[in-house]
Amino acid sequence: MNDTAQLVQYILTGITVGAIYALVGLGYNIIYNVTEVINFAQGEFVVLGGLVMVFMTNTLHLSLPVGFFLTVSVVTILGALMDKLTIEPIKDANVLTLIIITIAVSIIFRGLAMLIWGRDPYALPAFSKAPPFTLFHAIIQPQALWVLGITTIVVILLSLFFRFTMMGKAMLACADSPEASRLMGIPVKKMVLISFVLSAAIGAVAGIVITPISLMEYDRGALLGLKGFGASILGGLGSFSGAVIAGLILGLIESLCAGYVSSGYKDAIALIVLLLVLFVKPSGFFAGKRASLKKF
Amino acid sequence: MGCEKKKILTLVSFLVIFPVLVNYIPAISNYLEVMIFAGIFCLVTIGLSLLMGYAGQISLGHAAFLGIGAYSSGIITAKFGLSPWIGIAAGIAISSCIAVVVGIPSLKLKGHYLAMATLGFGEIVFIVFNEEVNLTGGPSGFADIPYLHVGSFEFSSELTYYILVWAVVLMGLFFALNLIHSRVGRAWRAIHGNEMAAEAMGVPTSRYKLKIFVLSSIYASVAGSLYTHYICFLNPSSFDLFWSIKFVMMVIVGGMSSVWGAIIGTILLTYLGNEWLSAFKHFDVLVYGIILLLITMFLPGGIVSLPRILRSKRTNSR
Amino acid sequence: MKVSKCLGLILVFMFVIAGFQAVPAMAEDVYKIGAVFSISGRGAFLGEPEKKTAEMLAEQLNKQGGINGHPVKLIIYDDESDATKCNLAVKKLINKDKVPVIIGPTLSGTTLAVVRVVERAKIPLVSCAASYKIVTPVEKRHWIFKVPGSDRHVVSKLYQYMQSKGIKKVGIMTVSTGFGASGREELLRLAPKYGITIVADERYGPKDTDLTVQLTKIKASGAQAVVNWSVGPTQILAVKNWHDLGMKIPLFQSHGFGSKKNLELAGPAAEGVMLALGKVNVGPLLPDSDPQKKVILAYKEAYEKKYGEPISSFGGHAWDAFNIVVQAMKKAGPNPAKIRDCIENTKGFVGQHGIFNFSPQDHNGLSEKDLVMVVVKNGDWALLK
Repeated sequence: MNDTAQLVQYILTGITVGAIYALVGLGYNIIYNVTEVINFAQGEFVVLGGLVMVFMTNTLHLSLPVGFFLTVSVVTILGALMDKLTIEPIKDANVLTLIIITIAVSIIFRGLAMLIWGRDPYALPAFSKAPPFTLFHAIIQPQALWVLGITTIVVILLSLFFRFTMMGKAMLACADSPEASRLMGIPVKKMVLISFVLSAAIGAVAGIVITPISLMEYDRGALLGLKGFGASILGGLGSFSGAVIAGLILGLIESLCAGYVSSGYKDAIALIVLLLVLFVKPSGFFAGKRASLKKF
Repeated sequence: MGCEKKKILTLVSFLVIFPVLVNYIPAISNYLEVMIFAGIFCLVTIGLSLLMGYAGQISLGHAAFLGIGAYSSGIITAKFGLSPWIGIAAGIAISSCIAVVVGIPSLKLKGHYLAMATLGFGEIVFIVFNEEVNLTGGPSGFADIPYLHVGSFEFSSELTYYILVWAVVLMGLFFALNLIHSRVGRAWRAIHGNEMAAEAMGVPTSRYKLKIFVLSSIYASVAGSLYTHYICFLNPSSFDLFWSIKFVMMVIVGGMSSVWGAIIGTILLTYLGNEWLSAFKHFDVLVYGIILLLITMFLPGGIVSLPRILRSKRTNSR
Repeated sequence: MKVSKCLGLILVFMFVIAGFQAVPAMAEDVYKIGAVFSISGRGAFLGEPEKKTAEMLAEQLNKQGGINGHPVKLIIYDDESDATKCNLAVKKLINKDKVPVIIGPTLSGTTLAVVRVVERAKIPLVSCAASYKIVTPVEKRHWIFKVPGSDRHVVSKLYQYMQSKGIKKVGIMTVSTGFGASGREELLRLAPKYGITIVADERYGPKDTDLTVQLTKIKASGAQAVVNWSVGPTQILAVKNWHDLGMKIPLFQSHGFGSKKNLELAGPAAEGVMLALGKVNVGPLLPDSDPQKKVILAYKEAYEKKYGEPISSFGGHAWDAFNIVVQAMKKAGPNPAKIRDCIENTKGFVGQHGIFNFSPQDHNGLSEKDLVMVVVKNGDWALLK
């Protein structure tokens, strides 16, 4: 195996891993865009997506599209419930309280997943049965292409939704000023609900596509959430393209560091880069004009 | 301040009666050990509550400082055979230096970005604990750390350690209360209220924020040293992200508005997590989450706000 | 004012809860055995089968009349894979439940966190964790024993096999947890003894989603074999990535791979993976002359009938710990010091993981002779000659 092939392999792996981070990061951004809350249960949506899909395919033996659709629906309902039961009833809460609430919800989701699925990891078959193929002597799993493809589709759909639909624009307005939006006749509560539904759905999709690559078990959410949070912060909170690019950058740094520097320190190096970027540009790479933040 | 005296008196008498009660009631005969850990965590959360409640800054990486104190003590006593007191001092020195280096750039950040920066810092320290195998023993940790001792007297029994830990906690508490009621404390509260206005009034906000960050790191570092010499073993998993989040939750559940909240929240969550919820068997994690959720939802001011809410309810119903 | 009320409230709350937890005094003739396992948290997949095994054995024992006619009460606590909780749980067993002997904890990290506690309280403890630090230095581990073989044994067995196949250059990849770190230490330390050079030394986190980079590096290093040392999902990822990369060099796994569930998860990708395992995993394959075959098959049948899932190495550790303790209690009764002496003098005990011979210098009692080399063939284990 020559040096180029090795480099190509590292880059391909980095992009695959990065796309996973990007998908999780997108979920954070949707809720943040509407509520300015970081939903720490985002990683749990991913876990639930993977595990519910395991139930649909391995236990109920449903076909891929049906299972996919049902899984996303189930997780979406959970996202809606989370908003209805825990976020909506809170009046005038500060951001810190809301964060702790989302952490509490993530503990509950994790507990439920442990009771239902136990502690063992689960595998899912790859979407397509094709064997791995080679590119410049490096090897690609077909499932990695699925991850990349689906990430791209999700980003395009989201951007279109927020830029060109009435509802999308209304949701963005809610974050800027809930009061003004309410006066303008925008149903803020409904918009927050939709943001939770959307990000739960995206989390579920992420869980479904990555489980064939990485397996899934009940307590993976926290780490996936951390990486996704890193991606959304590095990209600038609220920016979709930012989250995707930042996710890919994080994935590439990790994989190249593991390849050329030290596999033990790869996560630390990625975090140091993230911190340095924050210190130089305190609102991330691509923060828009709306980088103003509510304080704790 | 008179009101504070009453509270301190209540706490001290509670602490004195507690071991006696534990001794006479077999059903709670293991509560003293839990109280020792609660005391160690109280030190961390008192510092954290100064940072969160009074200066309005969040840290999701405080377990790192606990770990730095713990590893300083462990390495200096077990590897170099020096006195544990040198270990504690070294822990304080190292923690405060790191707090300055990390604090200067981080505290310029706001909100979620500060949360991410402290969280990232905590993770980096955690990875260093794991990877520097020659120094820290790596993930398998290192054992056989000596007990804390003064001359030939060893703090090895539960009761002596309970007294030691809570004496340190009380000292930390006095110091914190004195600060709060001083000019400095008023400046902090001004920062929390409105940073811009405070700056305009001539409060050097960034210097104050840094000072309090360093102070809270010292509290955590001392707690780490006490932890090490009690459990006599170290591995990185006691200082990970989840512990950082647990400390923040303790402060919030108790109530950010006062250091008393930190103490109450810490004792309550330590007993919930280690003792009371075991009755629920498999469901304990679930119940823990639900309790946490309910407290934050219905008591956003934490447990310390409970009496005020009850009082206002009573007057309303009249 | 409000603070005193709150403190008072906490105090009252404590007593109410304590009241619920208070257990009625037990008859004097009940023998207690304490146990701490990691039933949740990161070690849960180890602790769960251990707990199930211990509960099943206690039930069987009581049906047969207990220890010398005394019924056995097994008190199990979950340490949630956390050192602090484990420390508290062991203290509770000693101070509140007053048990004369403890089995567990599950993990090396949690076991080392209670070394001082049991040494001071003078209560024997039989750990289900593997690190050699648990029983060395033996002067400071008077009261502590462990039943899993050391990583040293497993690594020696693997290296002996490699030596016989002419493998000289090896790439290793280990997970950054206590399990992986301990394996890495031994892999690096013992390599020269068997004429082996470590040409790549890669690490990864326990929740990493892809190990392609580590394997690519090993592939490029000219290694003649890969050794992966981890537990949990990453050991499946190692197999999958190894297979997908089409690597021509053999993959050796740690003994942590020794569960049928792993073979199901890895599927056909696991064909050809080799590892050194305790005999408990391959009971039916053993020759009838093997003294362990009978006890392994009996355990396997009972466990699979009761829980409807295959046995694992880890449950086997609990079996060994429980039965060694019971054997000691048959002679010593509920006296901690006598139980300790009996365990230390146990010779020729036929267990799930080997034939135990304890001594004052050896609180583990196993050697690499108790392991067998196994290869994955047609989705099942097969013995390697």
